[in-house]
Amino acid sequence: MHFRRMIWVVVIAFVLGVPAYAQDEPVTLIVVTHDSFSVTEDLLAQFEAEHNIVVQILRSGDAGTMVNQAVLTKDNPLGDVLYGVDNTFLSRALDAGLFSPYESPLLADVPEEFQLDPDYRVTPVDYGDVCLNYDVAYFEENDLSLPESLLDLADPAYKSLLVVENPATSSPGLAFLLATIDQFGHEGDYTYLDYWRDLVANEVYVSDDWSDAYFGQFTAGGGDGTRPLVVSYASSPPFTVDAETGLPSTGSIVADGMCFRQIEFVGILAGTQHQEAAQQFIDFMLSVSFQEDMPFQMYVFPVNTQAELPEEFAQFASIPENPVVFDSAEIDSSREEWIQAWTEVVLR
Amino acid sequence: MDTGVDRSRSPLTRLVNLRYGLLLVPLVFLAVFFFYPLISILGVSLAPEGQLNLGAFTALITSSYYRDTLVFTTVQALLSTLLTIGLALPGAYIFVRYQFPGKSLLMALATLPFVLPTVVVAAAFSALIGPRGLLNTGLMSLFSLDTPPVQLDRTLAIILIVHVFYNYAVALRLISGYWANQNPRMEEAARVLGAHGWRLWWTIRLPLLRPAVLAAAMLVFIFTFTSFGVVLILGGPRFATLEVEIYRQATGLFNLPVAGALALVQIVFMFALMVVYTRLQKRITTDIQRAEYVALPPRSRRAKLMIGLNLVMMVVLLFAPLLALVIRSFTAGDSGWTLAYYQRLTVNTRQSLLFVPPAQAISNSLVFAGITTLLALTLGLITAYLLSRRNLPLVRWLDPLFMLPLAASAVTLGFGFIIALDSPPLNLRASPLLIPLAHTLVAMPFVVRSVLPALRAIPPTVQEAASVLGASPWRVWRWIDLPLISRGLAVGATFAFTVSMGEFGASLFVVRPDTPTIPVAIFRLLSQPGAANYGQALALSVILMIVSAVGFVFIERLRTAGIGEF
Repeated sequence: MHFRRMIWVVVIAFVLGVPAYAQDEPVTLIVVTHDSFSVTEDLLAQFEAEHNIVVQILRSGDAGTMVNQAVLTKDNPLGDVLYGVDNTFLSRALDAGLFSPYESPLLADVPEEFQLDPDYRVTPVDYGDVCLNYDVAYFEENDLSLPESLLDLADPAYKSLLVVENPATSSPGLAFLLATIDQFGHEGDYTYLDYWRDLVANEVYVSDDWSDAYFGQFTAGGGDGTRPLVVSYASSPPFTVDAETGLPSTGSIVADGMCFRQIEFVGILAGTQHQEAAQQFIDFMLSVSFQEDMPFQMYVFPVNTQAELPEEFAQFASIPENPVVFDSAEIDSSREEWIQAWTEVVLR
Repeated sequence: MDTGVDRSRSPLTRLVNLRYGLLLVPLVFLAVFFFYPLISILGVSLAPEGQLNLGAFTALITSSYYRDTLVFTTVQALLSTLLTIGLALPGAYIFVRYQFPGKSLLMALATLPFVLPTVVVAAAFSALIGPRGLLNTGLMSLFSLDTPPVQLDRTLAIILIVHVFYNYAVALRLISGYWANQNPRMEEAARVLGAHGWRLWWTIRLPLLRPAVLAAAMLVFIFTFTSFGVVLILGGPRFATLEVEIYRQATGLFNLPVAGALALVQIVFMFALMVVYTRLQKRITTDIQRAEYVALPPRSRRAKLMIGLNLVMMVVLLFAPLLALVIRSFTAGDSGWTLAYYQRLTVNTRQSLLFVPPAQAISNSLVFAGITTLLALTLGLITAYLLSRRNLPLVRWLDPLFMLPLAASAVTLGFGFIIALDSPPLNLRASPLLIPLAHTLVAMPFVVRSVLPALRAIPPTVQEAASVLGASPWRVWRWIDLPLISRGLAVGATFAFTVSMGEFGASLFVVRPDTPTIPVAIFRLLSQPGAANYGQALALSVILMIVSAVGFVFIERLRTAGIGEF
């Protein structure tokens, strides 16, 4: 679409050949991002017109694949800006030296807790919490109370009700594993691996990706699933609001220690020729209008405290008070070891 | 007339020279778009500091886990192949021998699974035989059972069933396309001499069909060996093929050395297998008379029974899941029958940049599939000609070489593209062109495998005779070769089209500018929560099936209109 727009600009400039009308050549800014990036079309068009920039979006798989591709192409980057690296992949991206620093003035409105890089190589844009979602109707019909802690999930009352994602292939799966590691630790009498052994005994179901877990195994995803508890996002329930009743068919469980916070960042790829345009784009992402647009476009929460949540979000998407926050460097150094150990215990 | 001989010689020589010149085209294509990216990424993975690091290989060899993975990968692929061929052979028989209503529609329907994304197929099977699926709920109410009687979730059985579901059409089309051009006389003679039943199959039909059966078996084996989505989603995390393990290592753990080593093991293993296959596939000579099986209406009770049994099999195995999918696209989310999901497809409720208008997805898909089909047909045909020349040196090694793109791990090759094709004149990594090019890599072997058996069956004496009688190379090709390979070409074209429509593995690995195809739009819907998105994804899958089916019928029409039946 933007390609077409660009062609029009070129066509007008060349074919008509009316230099008096020709503006400065617009800068083409390539934004590398993951598959779930989205924005309201008009909002982006407004930014493009205002700054005489043509934004080209390149999608490259999920967040993990995207970071890996960026590391591989470090010497000849795919674009100018990279958006979507989260705190589980952050230190890998920073260690590889992908970004050149930029301190946006709008960071003044962003709480310290989100600003994980003191050198401003990356800028936080949004956050989301990986939490359990439950099927409201199932729990009502069966007169079952909601689990209030991770330990509850190992209780026979919740036997074969839970579906989780494989941390080796899924980002919410990894987030949930990290939440259990945070709570039970890897040393002592009852480690996270002991906890997972109990979950296996309680017949937890492991899906390889979120789509299969949510649509295939979850009872309230629309598919033919049989499990009323699924690892998903705190922001998912607003998308299940029934048009007639005005109520969501799912809810999220945000008790202490049960959610893992993912923070997403944007950074300017080192070596870009369009430093100024890239900075303008980062300011745009932190602007109130973009921040207020994000929730319904990408199911995430704004980091800018000036931004207000859409009504359905404010009403049905709960924000956990005490989500699990993990040190990015620790995640990166231990990820493989934890996943391997988990795989041995849960899958073999 | 004696001057005619002289004149004929020079076009023939020219043709030969032209052929050799043309042969370079597919080789260059393969070198640039396959071997160069592949070697680049293997280099980066296995020799990160410029020095070959064998640590990853040692890890592979000493680990019993990887050995088990290789064994499981091979065993499930063998079983899937045997099952698929075993079921498709009788199917091909009735398609070649008998005329019955709805035949071409059945053929088109049988090919549809190939275009469907695995998540959607998983949904279809779960709607059919899942714990809450149609079969189980039916059986439970019928026999008042408390638990679902059919529990195939996460078993080897479901992997095999879905592999047959996906690959049945490959075997059916390849075998029946070849069979229809065989001279029925040998079989008639055998019958007269008293061969019946198993003996007829064993001594006459199978040997005659060997080239096509082997070609089909080879393709099915490669597909199921490198199976990714089916094993990942339907098999669950307990099962892993090499391909699944490569994906986990490369994207989840970013362990490129192990991923690279596994990818290399996979390729070498497949290459060895293909070399064996090429040797097995000895050239067979058939007498070239323009005879072919004339499909007749079934007369005997036996024939009717055989058709009936095959149809039942196809309905149960292929059409029931597709039908379950169609039903769910109108009923997802327990809301009764509704057209809502189809209607919502065209509405961009949130003015989102992520939104794909169905018309745009369909046209993108068709453009890419069109380019892929043309490219794959051209390159595949040239390759098949090259490989059909017995006396050419190295053919034995070239043939497996052209099959290799099917055996390469998609995620590895995808990383290869972005690090190798990154500077002019080949700065293609973010270009929309890379999509049909990547599809062509996968589609080309199909064209080669469907055309080659037919091409090899043409004795060179016929072409030579025509040349001697004054036919130009073009006329020889148009009136001798083309009619004889037209069925094979149509089969190849259909699969090239299908591979592209279904985005065979490519969605994993190419950096995408904003040119969403139907499968990409389906994935986007499935990445957002809410039953409405699920329903829309199913609705779009049904649209994908319809567009593809129209494409199959169109290709078949093109063949019969352009060449005529012989």
